[in-house]
Amino acid sequence: MGGKRKKSDREGIIAGGEEDVHNNRKEDEKKKRGQQLLPSMIKNKEKRSAVHAKLKHQKKLEKHKKAKARDAAEKRALELGEEPPPKKIPHTIENTREFDETVCKPDDEELFAGNDADEFCSILKREHTPKILITTCRFNSTRGPAFISELLSVIPNAHYYKRGTYDLKKIVEYAKNKDFTSIIVVHSNRREPDAILIIGLPDGPTAHFKLSRLVLRKDIKNHGNPTGHKPELVLTNFTTRLGHRIGRLIQSLFPQDPNFHGRRVATFHNQRDFIFFRHHRYIFERKESKQGDSKGKKGRDTTEEKSSQEKVVARLQECGPRFTLKLINLQHGTFDTKGGEYEWVHKPEMDTSRRRFFL
Amino acid sequence: MQHDEIIWQVIRHNHCSFMAKITTGNFCRNPYNVTGICNRSSCPLANSRYATIRDHDGIFYLYMKTIERAHMPNKLWERVKLPRNYEKALEIIDKHLMYWPKFLVHKTKQRLTKMTQMRIRMRKLALKTREKIMTTPRKEKKREARREEKAEKAAVLDKSIEKELLERLKRGVYGDIYNYPVKEYNKVLDMEGLQAASEDEDEEEPEIEYVEGYEELEEEDDMEDFGGLAIGEPQLDDYTVGVDEDDDDETIAVDRKRVRKDSALAQRKLEKDELGAKSRKKTRVLVEVEHEDTDKRQTVVQ
Repeated sequence: MGGKRKKSDREGIIAGGEEDVHNNRKEDEKKKRGQQLLPSMIKNKEKRSAVHAKLKHQKKLEKHKKAKARDAAEKRALELGEEPPPKKIPHTIENTREFDETVCKPDDEELFAGNDADEFCSILKREHTPKILITTCRFNSTRGPAFISELLSVIPNAHYYKRGTYDLKKIVEYAKNKDFTSIIVVHSNRREPDAILIIGLPDGPTAHFKLSRLVLRKDIKNHGNPTGHKPELVLTNFTTRLGHRIGRLIQSLFPQDPNFHGRRVATFHNQRDFIFFRHHRYIFERKESKQGDSKGKKGRDTTEEKSSQEKVVARLQECGPRFTLKLINLQHGTFDTKGGEYEWVHKPEMDTSRRRFFL
Repeated sequence: MQHDEIIWQVIRHNHCSFMAKITTGNFCRNPYNVTGICNRSSCPLANSRYATIRDHDGIFYLYMKTIERAHMPNKLWERVKLPRNYEKALEIIDKHLMYWPKFLVHKTKQRLTKMTQMRIRMRKLALKTREKIMTTPRKEKKREARREEKAEKAAVLDKSIEKELLERLKRGVYGDIYNYPVKEYNKVLDMEGLQAASEDEDEEEPEIEYVEGYEELEEEDDMEDFGGLAIGEPQLDDYTVGVDEDDDDETIAVDRKRVRKDSALAQRKLEKDELGAKSRKKTRVLVEVEHEDTDKRQTVVQ
């Protein structure tokens, strides 16, 4: 009982000058001893919640004070004409990403050598033009054909073949004979496509992706219609070696000589291991702000940002499907679940850390 | 024989743990049952003389029980291995169950037929590839969905795409497609002096990014540049001025990489000028020959 009373004294619920001094001393003592009294150590719920609320309030006040001080300092600096104090960068998940030693470095000889010798180099060096075979899983869904027709419009030189009940390994052989460079298998579950298997040929790796958030072209507002020009490719944020490999795999699906007149761009953006796919038509425009003089041609201009008045902006019109991919596993060699060697497999135990990403 | 009737009455009227009641009828789950239905004549417990067929690892065995062994449950069932051949198996059944009641013989043979058919079908199916259904726990599915949504918000896709496109425009990947009027061009010339300093910096960085294609991986990781190993490499200028576009990308790429590190500085200076020139004037010499794709267009423009 005595102990309990002391605790309540220490918490300082009863605010009083003496008590505060008393508290501070006691807290200092405690800190010296190396312990800190957390609210969670108090067993009594009412007292605990009261202490917690007080702590929170204190923190809030401190934060408020800091923000005010910061603003005041900035203002003062600007008035005086000096440099404002440097702004702090907020922590984001991308900022605080766990260190990954497989992140590609800019001057990695091994990487270049690997690239020269890997399975995609022949396509990426433009020796062959990519030719894609698209097919589905065995028992197909109703939503499938729409997605497939959109895929066909996105990827140039792609052909759709019905699946029948052929074995995937036989399909791989057939495609090799017909000189295809990759196979895409769209797998559906419950009448919706939910996985994509990209197999590089002749002995390229097999990547298995989970497909989600599929939005078809007709469901997009103000969608545009893609033309037949070869699209440009934008692949962003593939940092690690694995990501790099996947990036090259995706790159090998598209022809390496984009037609810039067509103004079509296909984007694969990796964020936290999710690859977002978007398909746009773009236009560059010169945007005039306040001063309305010299209205240049409103059209395509290459003038850079000369002054703050005229800016070149890119406007995008979305066309084509939109979906996200997540890599499930990457297998070396063509499709062979039993005998193949897996380069990377996703295991649920890899998800334990929220700051750890693999692509 | 005397006990059979009692056993049956007890089982049927009170409780038999092997009996399974379904809407269509009563079934017997006893593994030794020959028909599978809960019947007075099909119950292996209530018949002291009984025969059945069971399969083990794809081999069929004929099991028989007689009343002489009823007091020795350990040795109750006599087992005979049946050959793979269906006709021979039938003959063997006939031989063993020669003076047995017709009902049992008939049912045993029926069972053998059914089981052989099943065996054939299972073997055929095993040859085909079957898809294996993997399930993910609900918790994980939800977690993935949540993370995906947050990732999508974190990746402001439209902005990043626009930024990337503008960067490419600045770098000159599009070359001369986007024409601009002469007035602007003059303006730019005037501004050039003012902005030489800042622009130099601007152009150095993209160069650095370019030059080692992979540096970008850290920042914004534009993959297209690695693609042809030709797109977006300013140093091509040095090599391809006056050179056909049909040159091997490989050799150029390789050379570029080797040379790059040696004379990076010198080349950078060269390129700065060239890039600077290129970005302004389309009337200058065919400087922007960086990209195989745009080359074809640009050699026309002089």
